[in-house]
Amino acid sequence: MGNADHIKRNNWLQRLTGLWRGMLLTLSYTIRRGKRKNAGPKSDQYFEQVQGTVTLQYPHEKLPVPENGRYQLHVEIDDCIVCDLCAKICPVDCIDIISIKSVEDMGKTSDGTTKRLHAAKFDIDMGKCMFCGLCTIVCPTECIIMTDEYDRSFSDPKELIYPFSFMTEAEAEEKRAALAKSEAEKKAAKEAALKAAQEAKKKAEDQ
Amino acid sequence: MVFYLVSIFIVAFIALYALMAVWAERKVSAYMQNRLGPMETGKFGLFQTFADIIKLIQKEDIVPTAADKALFFIAPVLVFLSVFMGFAALPVTYGYISSDISLGVFYLLAVVSIEVVGILMAGWSSNNKYALLGSVRSVAQIISYEIPAVIAVLSVVMLCGSLNLQDITMQQGIYAADPIYFLGIWKVNAVGGFPAWHIFQAPHLLIAFFIYFTASLAECNRAPFDIPEAESEIVAGFHIEYSGFKFAALFLAEYAMMFLVSMIAVVLFLGGWNTPLPNIGSLALADWTSGVAWGVFWIIGKSMVMVLIQMWVRWTFPRFRMDQLMSFCWKVLIPVSFGCMLISAIWKLAVI
Repeated sequence: MGNADHIKRNNWLQRLTGLWRGMLLTLSYTIRRGKRKNAGPKSDQYFEQVQGTVTLQYPHEKLPVPENGRYQLHVEIDDCIVCDLCAKICPVDCIDIISIKSVEDMGKTSDGTTKRLHAAKFDIDMGKCMFCGLCTIVCPTECIIMTDEYDRSFSDPKELIYPFSFMTEAEAEEKRAALAKSEAEKKAAKEAALKAAQEAKKKAEDQ
Repeated sequence: MVFYLVSIFIVAFIALYALMAVWAERKVSAYMQNRLGPMETGKFGLFQTFADIIKLIQKEDIVPTAADKALFFIAPVLVFLSVFMGFAALPVTYGYISSDISLGVFYLLAVVSIEVVGILMAGWSSNNKYALLGSVRSVAQIISYEIPAVIAVLSVVMLCGSLNLQDITMQQGIYAADPIYFLGIWKVNAVGGFPAWHIFQAPHLLIAFFIYFTASLAECNRAPFDIPEAESEIVAGFHIEYSGFKFAALFLAEYAMMFLVSMIAVVLFLGGWNTPLPNIGSLALADWTSGVAWGVFWIIGKSMVMVLIQMWVRWTFPRFRMDQLMSFCWKVLIPVSFGCMLISAIWKLAVI
């Protein structure tokens, strides 16, 4: 800050004291060290970390994040009605859902919506996700949420695809078979009813 | 027998010291910059440099195709040897010096200069423009800075009247045979401790000490005189093409050189293996803390402090420009050191 103007060219005493002041400055930094305060963005001192160590030994210590942080997605699959709205609104198509209609009573979600579909597959590819949060907005039962977890690393990119429905292929096949059977039964019953109706009509006409 | 034991001890000690010094340097620099430095390998990262050296030894020994193979191989050996040969003439403790030669100071200055040849060899044989630039800068710098260093050393030697480093050390404590004076007025033969050190025996030797210290920084190629290795300009200077074990040897030599010049400064100016604690009346601190084992402790301890100061200086000051470096040496250090030598001569005739 204009220091160079004040120092006269041949003032060696001033130069020496300048050097000494520099040495004292680094020494004071060496001595005046506190542990880094894990303040986090909520703290008033968040922007005042000029003193003390700035290093955050990351995997061992983390800055606190808000509980309602908007990081990785989580699906509470018991509350999901498999409406596929999240997959439809996702700008990067990272949600992959396969649904199977249910034949028996599936119960209700925690907010009272009736569940009518099985989720044979509910995968979210975190590698693709851009954390826009649109899926959480459209979800009618609020079963898809963003969590405060932000750090998960994997050696295989396939592991970034998080499964939320753990239905096996056999179970899915069973459900499909049950659906096909019930549909066939319904169709047969419908045809039988139609036939009976037609016969009744014919009889009436005959009479 | 003792000779071999001490020799092995010195080599082992220097190797261990160099590893710990690299760690210490990383820690010191980190603390000065509000960082933590190595923390993962062992407690406080203590084993970081051990892991590093194991990695370096395992590495493939790459020799550039265009390199001068023979010189490329000899250079690190020469640098390493020249530094380690210096330790032979340094007094280790009371009554022990590996090579008790009467030309100790002269030998040391000569042997340390051989390093320049090794550095030039390394830079030339690498066949790399940065390496050559670095080694040329290094040679220019080391040869220039040897002059004030030698003159500063001479002003001590003139007062001592001896080139033997053990004799020089003996004159700075309670074992001195001749009368010694604090600032030329107060006889301190019985007191010992820091008032008997050379820098306090005559006031101009304090200036000579600073000149020697500054010049020794330049001889070690350390900041603020690190233009031969200036990372931001010429990557790594003369050792840019070296890898694996040869690089480890050069690196070890660099840190051993720091210790060597610190030890020379300690022996010549800061009392060598003499205790810094003076006798105060019936509190005979100097008598209690003198002896063979204490001697080893004091000389190593003082040298370590000097090495720490070198690190402190390195991480405080920015790098000199080439012209600043040369004008500082030739226009400031050399005239002042000649002045010191002149005062030494007068002091010898007039005061003691």
